[in-house]
Amino acid sequence: MAARQYRQRFILTDTVRENTLFMNRIIIAWVLMLCGLSLIVVRLFVLQISQHERYTTLSENNRVKVLPLPPTRGFIFDRNGVLLAENRASYSLEIVPEQVEDMDQTLTELTKVMSLDEVDITRFKKQLRQKRHFDSVPLRFKLTEDEVARFSVQRHRFPGVDIASNLNRYYPLGASGVHAIGYVGRINEQELEVIDRANYSGSNHMGKAGVEKYYEDQLHGKVGFQQVETNVMGRVLRILERTPPIPGQNLYLNIDMSLQSFVENLIREERAAVVALDPNTGAVLALASMPYYDPNLFVNGIDPKAYRELRDSMDRPLFNRVLRGQYPPGSTVKAFVGLAGFEYGIRTENSHTQCRGWYTLKDQEHKYRDWKKTGHGSMNFHHAVEQSCDVYFYDLAHDLGIDRLHEFMNKFSFGRKTDIDLPGEMGGLMPSQEWKRRVRKAAWFPGETVITGIGQGYTLATPIQLAVATATLSSHGRFKQPRVAFSLDETSTDELSVVATPPQPKINLRQENYWDVAIHAMEAVVHGSAGTARKLGAHSSYRFAGKTGTAQVVGIKQDEKYDAKKIAKRLHDHALFISFAPLDNPRIAVAVVVENGGSGSGVAGPIAKQVMDYYLLPDSPLHLAPPEPIEHSLTRDH
Amino acid sequence: MLKTAWRYDHFMHLDKPLLLGLFSLSMIGLIVLYSAGGQNMDVVLGQASRMAMGFSVMFAIAQLHPHYIARWVPWIYTAGLILLVLVLVMGDISKGSQRWLNLGLFRFQPSEMMKLAVPMMVTWFLANRPLPPSPLRLIIAILIALIPMLLIAKQPDLGTALLVGSAGMFVIFFAGIPWKLIFGAGALLAGAAPVFWYLLHDYQRKRILVFLDPESEPLGAGYHIVQSKIAVGSGGFYGKGWLNGTQSHLEFLPESTTDFIFAVFNEEFGMLGVLLLLSIYVFILTRGMYIAMQAQGTFARLLSSSLVTTLFVYIFVNMGMVIGLLPVVGVPLPLISYGGTSLVTLMANFGLLMGIHTHRRLLSN
Repeated sequence: MAARQYRQRFILTDTVRENTLFMNRIIIAWVLMLCGLSLIVVRLFVLQISQHERYTTLSENNRVKVLPLPPTRGFIFDRNGVLLAENRASYSLEIVPEQVEDMDQTLTELTKVMSLDEVDITRFKKQLRQKRHFDSVPLRFKLTEDEVARFSVQRHRFPGVDIASNLNRYYPLGASGVHAIGYVGRINEQELEVIDRANYSGSNHMGKAGVEKYYEDQLHGKVGFQQVETNVMGRVLRILERTPPIPGQNLYLNIDMSLQSFVENLIREERAAVVALDPNTGAVLALASMPYYDPNLFVNGIDPKAYRELRDSMDRPLFNRVLRGQYPPGSTVKAFVGLAGFEYGIRTENSHTQCRGWYTLKDQEHKYRDWKKTGHGSMNFHHAVEQSCDVYFYDLAHDLGIDRLHEFMNKFSFGRKTDIDLPGEMGGLMPSQEWKRRVRKAAWFPGETVITGIGQGYTLATPIQLAVATATLSSHGRFKQPRVAFSLDETSTDELSVVATPPQPKINLRQENYWDVAIHAMEAVVHGSAGTARKLGAHSSYRFAGKTGTAQVVGIKQDEKYDAKKIAKRLHDHALFISFAPLDNPRIAVAVVVENGGSGSGVAGPIAKQVMDYYLLPDSPLHLAPPEPIEHSLTRDH
Repeated sequence: MLKTAWRYDHFMHLDKPLLLGLFSLSMIGLIVLYSAGGQNMDVVLGQASRMAMGFSVMFAIAQLHPHYIARWVPWIYTAGLILLVLVLVMGDISKGSQRWLNLGLFRFQPSEMMKLAVPMMVTWFLANRPLPPSPLRLIIAILIALIPMLLIAKQPDLGTALLVGSAGMFVIFFAGIPWKLIFGAGALLAGAAPVFWYLLHDYQRKRILVFLDPESEPLGAGYHIVQSKIAVGSGGFYGKGWLNGTQSHLEFLPESTTDFIFAVFNEEFGMLGVLLLLSIYVFILTRGMYIAMQAQGTFARLLSSSLVTTLFVYIFVNMGMVIGLLPVVGVPLPLISYGGTSLVTLMANFGLLMGIHTHRRLLSN
C-alpha cells in the first residue's frame, strides 16, 4: 500500500517537474530562434544598407559570364574517303524575348524585311513558351546571304533581334545510304532527360538514327567554355579565358558508296532490302532499304506536312527494312536446317527421303504439299537443297523437333539480334516450345515444326540476319559481328583507331566437312543442272553459292493454285535470295529481299548476282552506266 | 467537468493561423519563382500543382490522431532504415551521389522520409518513460538518430544528414537533458573537428575552405557565394523590383530557382521584402511553439517542439548560406524554393503539427 502510494506521488511530482522543464526549454528555444533570425537581419543590414553601394557597383560591373563552346561534330566518310556527312555554316534569325517590347508588332515588321511563313511563326511561338525570357529563340533558319545583308542594314529597328551563325549537318549525297548513316535532329525533351546536359549545353542537335545515333558520343565531341565580358544587356564584349572544345571524331564506314549507290539504283523501283557483307571481317559493304528519304529534311525539324507524307506513304520510306523488316525466310533456311540434321546425327550426306509431292504426319490427314506437285523422287541433302525439295525438310524438321531446330538456328543468328552497330534492330523470330507457351499461351503442335523446316510458320528473319547467316556459313562459322563503321580518327592526333569487333566464338560443327557439304549444295542451286537458280550461274565468270526463297504474303488453301496474274501486286509473294562469292575464298555475302517481288530466282537472284559482279569484277561494264531496274517475271519458285 | 463544454472551433482539423501563414508563403514563393525561373509560366504551374499536392498531404495527415501515429512510428522508422541500406546497395546515382531508390513508377528518396521518421522515433522511445531520460536510454536515443544520419552521410548527402541528426537531437534537448551534458557534448564536438575534417569528401572540404574565403576563387567554387552576395547587396532597402533582378536574369546566379532563390528575393524585393518574409516565418515558428506548449502528452509535445525547431534550422541554414554566413549546404527555403520532394515532407511536418493541436481535446483523460 505504502509503496504504491509513494510511487504514485513520485510520478505525480515527476509530471510537474517534466512540465516545468519542458516549458523552460520551449521558451529558451524560441528565444534562440529569434536570436538566430536577428543575426540574419544584422547580416542583411550590413550587405543591403552599409555595403549597398559597393554591391550595386559590382552588380553593374558584373560582366563576366561563362558561355559554352559547342564542339564541331565529326565528319562521316565511306571506306574510300567519300564525304557522307559534314557541317555547313548557316545563318538564322534569333530573338531574345526579354528585349522585345511588342512581339506581335516586331514579327509584323520583320515580315516586311524577309519572308516568314506560318510554319516558322508557329514553331517560334511554341518554343517561346518553353524557353526562358532571356534565352534567344530561333525564328528562321537558313537565311540567304541576301537576307542577312538586308536585315543587317535594318537591325537598329529591331532591338532583341539578331542573326546567329551556326554549323548545320549536311548530307551531300542526300538519300543515298540514309538507312545506314541516319541523321541528326534537334534535341527533344525526352532526350534532354537522358543526355549529359553540360556536354550538350552548346549543342542543338544529336544523332537520331543510323551511325549518327550509334556513334553519337564519338561524333559529338566535348564541349568547351569561355569566360566573356558582357555589357548589361548580355552582349559579349571581350573574351577573358577559353577552354577550347574537343571536336568530335571523324567516322570512316566500311560501306563502299559506289557499291551502295549501284545497289540503290538496282532496286530503285522496288520496296526492297539488300545487304552485302565481307564474310572475313564483318564489314558491311552496302546496306540499302528502298524506298529511302533525304536526311537533310530532318536536320532542322522537318515540316509537318512533308513528315506526314513520308510517314503515311504506303511504301514506308522511313522504315529500315534491313534491320526492322521481318520476313518469313522461306526456303533460304534449308541449307541451315540440313546442317542441323547432320549435327544432331539424324541425317548423313547419303540419307534419302522419298518425295511424292506431299508429306503427312502419322494419323493426320493434312497434306503438307511440296511446291512440285509431282514430287522430286528420292532426295538426299545435296539434291534437296539444289531443287529446294520441301518434303525432305518437312521430314527432317519433324525428326529434329522444334527445340533442337531453335537451338541450332540460333547460332546462325536466326531469332536473335546480330548486334550490328546501328540502332533499332529487330530480333526476328525462331520459335520454340517455350516461346509459344510464353507468348501465345498455347502448346506446340507437331505440324508447326514441319513448316518451320522450310522457313514458314512463325519463323521471321530480317535481311541483316539472313546476310549474317550466309556469311557465317561461307566462313565455316568464323564470321564476326557485322560492322558498319570501320574506324574513328581522332582529329587531334590523326591516329586511326579501328572500331573494335567484339570477339565471336567460332561455331564448331561435329565434323568440319559438313560446312563444305552445305556450301556445295548451295553451289548446285546456281551451277547444278537442276538448280532452282541455274540461270544465274550459267554465264558467271566465277563460281558462287546461293539459295532462293519465297515468303507467302497471303495464305493459299490446299489444292488452290497460286496465280500471280490474278493477285494484286501487293499480295504477291516476297522474293528472297542469299548468296556468297567466290566459292573458294568468299569475299562478299549478299542477302536480298524484294517485297512482293514474286520470284526468288527471277527477281531477287539477279539483283544479288549483279551486286557480286559489281564488287568482284572491277572491269565489269556495270561500273560504266547506272543499271536498269529489273523486269518482273511473275512466276513462283523456291 | 465544465471544461469539456468549452469547444475549440477547428475546421476539418486544420489550424487556421498556421494555414494562413503557409498560404501566404506559397503565394510569395510562386511570385518569386516566376521571376527566378525566367518568367516561364510552365515552371510556376508545375510548382503550384506540387504545392497543391503538399497541402493535400498536410490535410490528410492532420486527420490522424497522434495516438494512432505513435503506434506506427517504429514500423515507419524500421522501413526507413531498410530503404536507406537499399539505397546504398542499389540506389540510382544522380549528380555523383546515391540518394534515389527507383521503384519503377517513380523515384523515391528515403532520406527525405527520415527527416520525419527520426524525430518521431526518438520521441516515441523517450515518451514511454518519465523524463528526463536515464543515461542508458539517452545513449539509445542518440543511436536512433545517429545510425540513419551516418547512412545518409555515406550517400553522400551531408546537408540532409545534418538535418536528420539535428532533428533527433532537438527531441533529446526538449526531453530535458542537463545543460552540463549539452555543453559537454558541444565541447567534445569542437575538439573532434579535426577528425571530421579527414572524414569529409574533397568537395565538402573545398566548400568549407571557400566559405572561409570566397574571394579566393571568384570564378570557381566561390562563384556561388560571391554572386549570391552581390545579388543580395545590390538589392538595397527597397529592392530592384519584381522581374528586374539582373543577377539571376543574366545567369550570374546559379541554382536561382532552388537553393539560391532567397538571393533573387533579396535582389528584387530588398530588405523591406525580407523583413515581411521573416515576419511570416516568425509568425509560423511562434504559432508552432504555442502548439507545442499546448500539446498534451509527452509524445505530442516532444514531437511538435522538435518539428518546429527543425523548420527553423531549414530557414536559418538556407538564408545563412545565401548571405554568406554559413557554408553552401543543399537545404531549400521552406515553401519558396522550387522542388517537390522536400515540399511534401515539409507539409507532412505541418500536418503532424495541426493534427497534434486539433486532436487535443480528445487526448485529455
